[in-house]
Amino acid sequence: GSRQLPGVGILPLRSPSSVHACAQVKRALRYQERLAAGTTRFCAGIVSTARHVSIELKMADYSNKLYQQLEQETGVQTGYMKTGSISLAQTQDRLISLKRIASSLNVMGIPCEIITPKQVAQLHPLINIHDLVGAMYVPEDALVSSANVSLALATAASRNGVQIHERTSVSHVLIQKGRVTGVETDRGKIQCQYFVNCAGQVGLLKLSPSLVPVKDRWRSLSLLNSLPTSFLSSAAIVDLDGRIYIRNWQGGILSGGFEKNPKPLFTEGRNQLEIQNLQEDWDHFEPLLSALLRRMPDLEALQIMQLVNCPESFTPDMRCIMGESPTVRGYFVLAGMNSAGISYGGGAGKYLAEWMVNGYPSENVWPLDLKRFGTLQSSRTFLRHRVMEVMPLMCDLKVPRWDFQTGRQLRTSPLYDRLDAQGARWMEKHGFERVKYFVPPGKDLLDLDQSKTFYKPDWFDIVGSEVKCCKEAVCVIDMSSFTKFEISSTGDQALESLQYLFSNDLDVPVGHVVHTGMLNEKGGYENDCSIARLSKRSFFMISPTDQQVHCWAWLKNRLPNDSNLTMEDVTWKYTALNLIGPRAVDVLSELSYAPITPEHFPSLFCKEMSVGYANGIRVMSITHTGEPGFMLYIPIEYALHVYNEVMNMGQKYGIRNAGYYALRSLRIEKFFAFWGQDLDAFTTPMECGREFQVKLDKGMQFVGQEALLEQKQNGVYKRFTMFILEDHDTDMDLWPWWGEPIFRNGRYVGKTTSSAYSYTLERHVCLGFVHHFDEKTGEELVVTTDFINQGEYEIDIAGQRFQAKAKLYPFSSLFTHRRRKDEVELSGYQRE
Amino acid sequence: MCVCPGPRRIAIPVRSSRLPLLSDAMPAPTHLFPLIRNCEISRICSTVCYCHHKHLCCFSSHFAHGHFRYAPQKRFAALYRPKENFNHFIHARDYASTPQRFYLTPPQVNSILKANEYSFKVPEFDGKNVSSVLGFDSNQLPANAPIEDRRSAATCLQTRGMLLGVFDGHAGCACAQAVSERLFYYIAVSLLPHETLLEIENAVESGRALLPILQWHKHPNDYFSKEASKLYFNSLRTYWQELIDLNSGETTDVKEALINAFKRLDNDISLEAQVGDPNSFLNYLVLRVAFSGATACVAHVDGVDLHVANTGDSRAMLGVQEEDGSWSAVNLSYDHNAQNEREVERVKTEHPKSEEKSLVKQDRLLGLLMPFRAFGDVKFKWSIELQKRVVESGPDQLNDNEYTKFIPPNYHTPPYLTAEPEVIHHKLRPQDKFLVLATDGLWETMHRQDVARIVGEYLTGVHHQQPIAVGGYKVTLGQMHGLLTERRARISSVFEDQNAATHLIRHAVGNNEFGTVDHERLSKMLSLPEELARMYRDDITIIVVQFNSHVIGACQNEEL
Repeated sequence: GSRQLPGVGILPLRSPSSVHACAQVKRALRYQERLAAGTTRFCAGIVSTARHVSIELKMADYSNKLYQQLEQETGVQTGYMKTGSISLAQTQDRLISLKRIASSLNVMGIPCEIITPKQVAQLHPLINIHDLVGAMYVPEDALVSSANVSLALATAASRNGVQIHERTSVSHVLIQKGRVTGVETDRGKIQCQYFVNCAGQVGLLKLSPSLVPVKDRWRSLSLLNSLPTSFLSSAAIVDLDGRIYIRNWQGGILSGGFEKNPKPLFTEGRNQLEIQNLQEDWDHFEPLLSALLRRMPDLEALQIMQLVNCPESFTPDMRCIMGESPTVRGYFVLAGMNSAGISYGGGAGKYLAEWMVNGYPSENVWPLDLKRFGTLQSSRTFLRHRVMEVMPLMCDLKVPRWDFQTGRQLRTSPLYDRLDAQGARWMEKHGFERVKYFVPPGKDLLDLDQSKTFYKPDWFDIVGSEVKCCKEAVCVIDMSSFTKFEISSTGDQALESLQYLFSNDLDVPVGHVVHTGMLNEKGGYENDCSIARLSKRSFFMISPTDQQVHCWAWLKNRLPNDSNLTMEDVTWKYTALNLIGPRAVDVLSELSYAPITPEHFPSLFCKEMSVGYANGIRVMSITHTGEPGFMLYIPIEYALHVYNEVMNMGQKYGIRNAGYYALRSLRIEKFFAFWGQDLDAFTTPMECGREFQVKLDKGMQFVGQEALLEQKQNGVYKRFTMFILEDHDTDMDLWPWWGEPIFRNGRYVGKTTSSAYSYTLERHVCLGFVHHFDEKTGEELVVTTDFINQGEYEIDIAGQRFQAKAKLYPFSSLFTHRRRKDEVELSGYQRE
Repeated sequence: MCVCPGPRRIAIPVRSSRLPLLSDAMPAPTHLFPLIRNCEISRICSTVCYCHHKHLCCFSSHFAHGHFRYAPQKRFAALYRPKENFNHFIHARDYASTPQRFYLTPPQVNSILKANEYSFKVPEFDGKNVSSVLGFDSNQLPANAPIEDRRSAATCLQTRGMLLGVFDGHAGCACAQAVSERLFYYIAVSLLPHETLLEIENAVESGRALLPILQWHKHPNDYFSKEASKLYFNSLRTYWQELIDLNSGETTDVKEALINAFKRLDNDISLEAQVGDPNSFLNYLVLRVAFSGATACVAHVDGVDLHVANTGDSRAMLGVQEEDGSWSAVNLSYDHNAQNEREVERVKTEHPKSEEKSLVKQDRLLGLLMPFRAFGDVKFKWSIELQKRVVESGPDQLNDNEYTKFIPPNYHTPPYLTAEPEVIHHKLRPQDKFLVLATDGLWETMHRQDVARIVGEYLTGVHHQQPIAVGGYKVTLGQMHGLLTERRARISSVFEDQNAATHLIRHAVGNNEFGTVDHERLSKMLSLPEELARMYRDDITIIVVQFNSHVIGACQNEEL
């Protein structure tokens, strides 16, 4: 199991099947202390597939199947028992959350059902069901003995030629020319091509290269006591509202949970040799004990065997961390399992092994990728505060659009205070504060806790009026968080390199803006960006906010090592204001005294001009929404001035502030895909109708070309599709979020990737991918336009299906309102 | 039977009409006691009433002359109810008259506990000096009615440092009251340099305004005797005149100043009683002061120098935070009672061998007095002849009193009692977080180690409860759950108090056998009828001084 170990593991133990695949990778296992001496030893050992994030769900499913056969393959007893698990719901909201998971599990072929409290009592007679509203039963979930699973995996690995060195500590990792070449241990040097740090917090802090992934450790508690009754084969109980889990354990029961007030574990300056059981702290356990006795009152008479306190690793966003370091090639990390190590272990190991051997894993692991974090998220104080918040959240209801409360206001636009004073409500992306919406004066929203809902949110009307303003007048949105790079060269190096790395033709006249993908060898989107040609030899590149680390590493590793070719991250140098709406052109022309009409400034153009007193403002005729308008890239010292000018001048055109929720509604109703949400490394331009953004017919070589040509010839296996919900009542029904299963003619064909309410259509719009699975074999078949257009679609929201109309991109306008002829042409060109 | 000038003699309208006169007539003392002068009339009025009322019952309850006549007193209280302290006093009487058990709700318990609480925070850096004291919390819980404990706190204005003290009276509260008013002036004067003394004397001489000597930090219920201020001032002036004459030119040693001040004040109390006063009220007052007694425990904090002067069985204790965060207690005073072998030895060496057996009987001095050192108590200091003469020539009330006429048995070689304090000097260290001064009412119920822990945890907000370990014991989940719930309740009691002294009193009175504050017990203890209260608990007076570790650390470094 590739889960955290104290000290340093060079490689995670892999599943027997892929140990083979990795045999060519030189490796050895090394632990400062014994194998599985970490939190693994006291892991609850519940292999549960009830996960919100689809990649985590897949990892857990793989682990479960792996552990099932492990005992047979290795002869090591793993204590594997397919007891099933019951997740209890004390509230209706919790039940909705469970139903959403159940929908995902069912379409993945994992048996799962929502059951009534009475059925819970039949499955598990000890449970007090009086405060329950329902539960989810996953019969194939299993229990294992975590330590034995580790041992079995180690045994399997050894048989495949893996060396395991216990009680060996790695003093440092040898790096040459940005590549791992070996490790220095207290027993000598070992050469290796790859190094995987699975050491959890301790190892990460000690050994990591410049970019330290985020981790911290916290206590989790387990209670062990002996139980005489026939508890042995009963299912594991997860009571999230009570923050506890209960399983049978060696003839007794084991119960633990996540406290509301976790205790931090400080390891600074201490060489923590082995995870000692921190002293038992009953007072801290009291709330969990109360929850346990409330759930199973009969346990009162049971004797206590032991209270174990053990540290756990948590990450700032509750998802584990894996992947290659952005600065050192061959340096991999796998850690921060957020106390679900046993569930994820097998799957995580599999993906990581694929990553090392093939260069990429077989699934989209971006939600877990190390590079989703920047250096800012590895500040110790940030970690301490955020992890303090995260751990109690593990059991909290996961509702759409949740924002963390700690570690905020780190990166902000110069306009932050100004916007905040105008009622801005903020969310955070990659450490950057972005406005969600503006609460008008005199209007109050619900408290944070009460605003958690799966239904229509309280900001519905607020965002509606912002959208209306974008459609009818003009709005300004601060979009400074977007990642901005400048690439320039002395000669043609920049153009040549970029032409190879990007899929669209960048050899356009100066002043043009090009939407292009940055593809991998399989034609998948590593990034989706807009590139402006500033001069013959320099380019300005705008990417999504969370691309800052990933895109930088991707380009750094692929651009030729040429001192005449420079790439600079200028994210912090510019404040970006998005002027959206039909009157944007009026505002801008009054401010700049320059002709801004479509003849002089057509769509997808970039000009430097002065706005107010400020010179050198980069104005681009794009809005990232499909609406008319401009992006203003303003050197930060002019930000306030330009903002004030825009707001003053805009008064007579009805200008107002707007936030990202309005932007999202606009982009989704226009069927604009967004990288990280809809697009990932496994999606090609062909699959989302963007063939026109690819220079296949230009006879130029670029990354991913072959894959795209092949797709062009043979067709695609999934299509990005837009769904308009037909019989969905916005006020009464559950709102879609993302990850909802899509059914075509009653059969599962894929999942949604994002959704929003379209104020124009007055309908919910979901975007998602449609596959074509063979009815008998389940084999993936080519998806044709006819296949999409000839189906009857339904979207499953927490078990309830809603009819949906499917559209493909690019589509003829859904919006019937009056448009001038040139505007229609314009909108055909202005794609993103 | 009533032995003191009752309320009928001091008619209130007369008293209040005389008040402005009073302050006009005595300009010098009012300069010395600026706080009193600044009081608004109504406050003084109520204080005066209260004060007389107190005198009135001191003797009655103490001299065990049966029940006091309720009628005039009740009327008095109803008419001139002096603030909150009094309310529960009246309250308690109500319980006595109703037979059924009263159950106090938590808010009622809190209002009783908080009636006398007082907090003072030293103002932040004012540009002149940075104090090593952050501030102090103090509180009193009466068991006697009225309470016989007193407390004082003041900042020295002409020298550096802060004075804090607790005083435990016996045989009435007169002596404790007098010491609490006067002792700090004696200490402050003892510490003053020669030039300042001269300046003060010249000012008094020429009728100019005096430099203020002390800034008092008083609870509204802490009062000063208005009538005696002139008398007290004259005695003090005599003391500083002698100091001016004695001018040794040496800088004043704090320890010596403390000892001198204690001894001098006790001497003045004794002399005033012998000389008497033409005013019959004052004459009676000085006699009551001298015939009652009081112990004193006083701390003087100046930078890292902490001096504790103790006379009697109150106690000073330093709370020290160890490196691991746990709390320990360091005693800064020795109790002067029969449990202190050195003290017993001292008393024995001061008297002939023939008296050895009669000196300490039943752990009491001459079989009568618990503390071995005290202010007042002239019955243990004066010769038999002097006692007889003073009592006979004194007012009728004194002469009729059985207690004052009673001569201790085996009374051969007076004095048997002294007010001379033992002074301990301690250099404050950064780990010294707080000082607790408390009368024996606290120390009887709590061990100093527990006091250190409770206050330390209260001040830091961190609770080092003894962790529960299951070990090899057979504990069921249900039992554990019960235990944990109880422990959690204990922590939550901390948040009810904003005052460390109140918190300590809550523990002292309400702790059950598990060391947890038990509301039921607290309720019972606080609703005891007045006559019974003294049998279950003593007056408790506590001052908790919090130190500023940063300042102390900085001072230490400077000295190195």
